[in-house]
Amino acid sequence: MSGNQPNRIPDFGRIGRDEPLRFTFDGKAYTGYKGDTLASALLANGVKLVGRSFKYHRPRGVFSAGVEEPNALVALREGARREPNTRATVAELFDGLVAESQNRSPNLKYDIQSLNQAIARFIPAGFYYKTFMGPFANTRLWMFFEKIIRKSAGMGTASGEADPDRYDRMHAHCDVLVIGGGAAGLSAALAAGEAGARVILVDETPRLGGRLNQDVYKIGDLSGGEWVEQTIAKLTALPTVKLLTRTTAFGYYDGNLIGAVERVSDHLPEMPVHLPRQRWWRFRAKQVILATGATEQPLVFGNNDRPGIMLAGAVRAYINEYGVLPGRRAVIFTNNDDAYRTALDVMNAGGAAVAVVDARKNPRSTLIDHTRGKGVTVLTGHAVVNTHGHFELQAVDVAPIDGDGAARRLDCDLLAISGGWQPNVHLSSQTGAKPVWNDKMNCFLPGTPKRPEASAGAAAGRFTLAAVLSDGHARGTQAAALTGHSLDREVKLPRVDAETPAPSEALWEAPDPATGHPKKFVDHQDDVSADDVRLAHREGYVSVEHLKRYTTLGMGTDQGKTSNITGLAIMAKLRGQPIPAVGTTTFRPPYTPIAIGAMGGTERGQHYKPRRRSPMHDWHQERGCEWIPAGLWDRPRHYPLTPNETLRQAYVRETKQTRQSVGICDVTTLGKIDIQGPDAAEFLNRVYTNGFAKLPVGKARYGLMLREDGQVYDDGTTSRLGENHYVMTTTTANAVAVMAKLEFYLQAVWPDLRVKVVSVTEQYAAIALAGPNSRKVMQKIVDIDLSDDAFPFMACGPCHAVTDAIRARLFRISFSGELAYEINVPSDYGRFVWDALMDAGAEFGIVPYGLEALGNMRIEKGHVAGAELDGRTTADDLGLGKMLSAQKPFVGKTLAQRPGLTAPTRKKLVGLVPVDGKTALPNGSQIIELADRDKPRPVKMIGNVSSNGFSPELNTPIALGLLEGGLAREGDTVLVAYPLKNLYIPATVRNPHFVDPEGKRLHG
Amino acid sequence: MFRFTCPHCGERDVVEFSYGGDASVVVPDLAAGEEAWFDAVYQRDNPRGPHVEYWHHVAGCRQWIRVERDTLTHEILACGPATGRMRPETGGEGA
Ligand SMILES: [Zn+2]
Repeated sequence: MSGNQPNRIPDFGRIGRDEPLRFTFDGKAYTGYKGDTLASALLANGVKLVGRSFKYHRPRGVFSAGVEEPNALVALREGARREPNTRATVAELFDGLVAESQNRSPNLKYDIQSLNQAIARFIPAGFYYKTFMGPFANTRLWMFFEKIIRKSAGMGTASGEADPDRYDRMHAHCDVLVIGGGAAGLSAALAAGEAGARVILVDETPRLGGRLNQDVYKIGDLSGGEWVEQTIAKLTALPTVKLLTRTTAFGYYDGNLIGAVERVSDHLPEMPVHLPRQRWWRFRAKQVILATGATEQPLVFGNNDRPGIMLAGAVRAYINEYGVLPGRRAVIFTNNDDAYRTALDVMNAGGAAVAVVDARKNPRSTLIDHTRGKGVTVLTGHAVVNTHGHFELQAVDVAPIDGDGAARRLDCDLLAISGGWQPNVHLSSQTGAKPVWNDKMNCFLPGTPKRPEASAGAAAGRFTLAAVLSDGHARGTQAAALTGHSLDREVKLPRVDAETPAPSEALWEAPDPATGHPKKFVDHQDDVSADDVRLAHREGYVSVEHLKRYTTLGMGTDQGKTSNITGLAIMAKLRGQPIPAVGTTTFRPPYTPIAIGAMGGTERGQHYKPRRRSPMHDWHQERGCEWIPAGLWDRPRHYPLTPNETLRQAYVRETKQTRQSVGICDVTTLGKIDIQGPDAAEFLNRVYTNGFAKLPVGKARYGLMLREDGQVYDDGTTSRLGENHYVMTTTTANAVAVMAKLEFYLQAVWPDLRVKVVSVTEQYAAIALAGPNSRKVMQKIVDIDLSDDAFPFMACGPCHAVTDAIRARLFRISFSGELAYEINVPSDYGRFVWDALMDAGAEFGIVPYGLEALGNMRIEKGHVAGAELDGRTTADDLGLGKMLSAQKPFVGKTLAQRPGLTAPTRKKLVGLVPVDGKTALPNGSQIIELADRDKPRPVKMIGNVSSNGFSPELNTPIALGLLEGGLAREGDTVLVAYPLKNLYIPATVRNPHFVDPEGKRLHG
Repeated sequence: MFRFTCPHCGERDVVEFSYGGDASVVVPDLAAGEEAWFDAVYQRDNPRGPHVEYWHHVAGCRQWIRVERDTLTHEILACGPATGRMRPETGGEGA
């Protein structure tokens, strides 16, 4: 029953007529069946107008039945799941589907922008190119017009909301990957699978079988569809074969890696909670069989874009696969035999085949004779030169190709066109195998393989079913054999009727009609006409790559699947050269558009990268800290006392309390590298600028590392725990890189050194305790004497923390400039020891301090950190020149002595305070001379501010910066300039050691 | 997406490695002069064809290895430890 679906044909198609599905298109309700695509359901309902064209807003209808569709782009679903630019020809229908047309306003029939057709001559090819590149580029005028152009030259609009769906990642290995599940792919998979190879077969559609579902064939005693079902059953029974439908192999990469996206739930009304929307597959295959089929090419003639003009093979697909007859009266326009099948299938489905218009002069074949025998008019040596109708096709004008254009009119509501089939060489071309033009077949064939791959069937230019089946079998057998699998018995292929088609003849562009010069579209999606190609040629564009960019030919979401070759051929004709001389366009992944969400997979939002947490993380959270990311780590930035306490109030309070009594800070994130071996001392001597060989056991030393080019790389404290045992600390930011560098030196440069290194960052919780009362607090939990004599500044050693069960390492080192300790305990005890220190410090009002106070205290002390170690500073720039040992070579020493790195004019570390004692000196500010304040810009920039904070002791904002002349300018007033915010702040240059410059507190 | 034969772990995906630069560069003696260090730090060939480079098996054994890769075809020609003999790649699952 066709019911309210006027174009549905009884008893045709592979749709589920017992499962009607309701859907809406532009708000109007329709019914289709399970197994329909949106396009087949619309055609069944007699909807011909489905979109407006990109540039001229011309009415457009469904053009194809597959991924090559240039016209029928729609938005699917609503709300956050709204997906624009979806091809209706591959969108599976589900109950409740909501679809909308695009690129029209206010609706498809009354589209204001279609006026563009009237002004089309003002926006020829190259309009965008010229406007972008021309004198108006980047001007206000262009920006104004750009908005209007973007709206009218529109694609669909995205939802603007976050993608609510889930995506997954899959990895698979196999002997033979078969891409494409048509006759060739099924035949290949069966041959390889029966030989025992591990086979994966993927197909982009929901239904295996390819053209066997869309054409009428006999294979042995079976229909094409029955053979498909039988073969699927055989494949499913093989334990080493896996079949994946709705899976598009979009890219062919190095190492025989194939990327594919499986659409798991796109065809379902609601996403099931246990399934992702899509899966991103990475297949590693020993052998790949490209059974990717071919794409039918259109013909180019006047007004060739009206709704009702469709590829001939697509018409057969709608009839045989979907049970839809897209028109009652069909004209077939072709340059090859294959389209004659369309005439027969239309008649078989109850329609009329008005005529076959064949561009060839005198083609002879049994198929043509058979068609004539059915009473179909065959006009050879003819072409369609113009069409009539507006929202749907009403008639075509047909004229002899060599005549004067005098035409006869044929009334019809369907024009099925075929310019021959182009093998889908995309994937093989992606590997660098350049497609080869075949003059006899008028198509590109896959180039010589550069990888372990082989094309099979139509993808290899084999267009008769017998050839496709035997080619698939041969390729499958061969691929299995190459992976060590073969069958010891002979396989007999099913009998298929022989076909002897007459050769096709190229017809790249039909002649103009006797009067008028209608537009002939080459690229429907981008509205590029044959005249546009001619214009590009006249303006001197000779390469196909230039042609593409100038005219936008092939630049749409369909990537020119039905337009690149025609464009190329017209260009070649204009240049009077053969097609291969003009070139092929380069195919790049993806083969069809893929959702960005699928690329991200599960790595989105917080899951984009791992988060590292210290063992004391929960304590900080319970205390209500504000977090700040430091590399992959979460670190407490500050601990607000009340919700109203600002960041500055909090860090100033934390600084004050630490300097007055005692503060505690989580420093687990610093890199910790365990270094052991008889040559450990020699190793450290090479990588650090200062000496470590003579460091006594039980002592720590601040070390400085340079890059090989002589700039400062990293700093940290390294302690000698035993004769051949050190532990190095690095900055949080460089922990990973320093570790890799040390491994590189040991493995690749100095393999003779007997040293092993291992990162122990995550094995130890590290807690810093700073302030005049830190000794009293620490002494309560450790079992060694902390008196200044017994454990002086820079001492280190083993101890127990809290109980004899917890072995700890204690270091008397200081970043804050106060009397301070750092204790390392095994990570599992971190929280326990932290709690013990909080208890022990309660009587002294112990304060936890975060990264902000930590930074503030180091600025008060003039210690450099990441902001100063920016890869452009030398040791001398930072006031650390004394750390470059003259006694020994070390990494970076030679190049650090270059004139450019030792010039007296270099910027050097200074301290800065605002003259008014109030205004903060923003990081990133430039420093200029006070005298240059009112001079015309630009003026000389003599330095910059790198870090800033507030010193409670000095009661003023402070900053560190790099300034030409450095401390020679101590006492001078300079201008800190931040023009973006119009800030010009006079500041005094001073010694960067703002607090306790003599370092008395360290030794307290 | 390459696969390398790590001499310590076997055939592995490139995602386990991080690139470490031109392995034809010989790091000079620390005491070497400016010219030798300048060449080692700044001078690089940009070959079209086989090229030996360092890769660090960071998500594996943490060993630095050397890989001979054709920069034109991305074919992996040989792999070996940071120092010592390189072994030709046997093909595995293709170039
Ligand atoms: Zn390894």
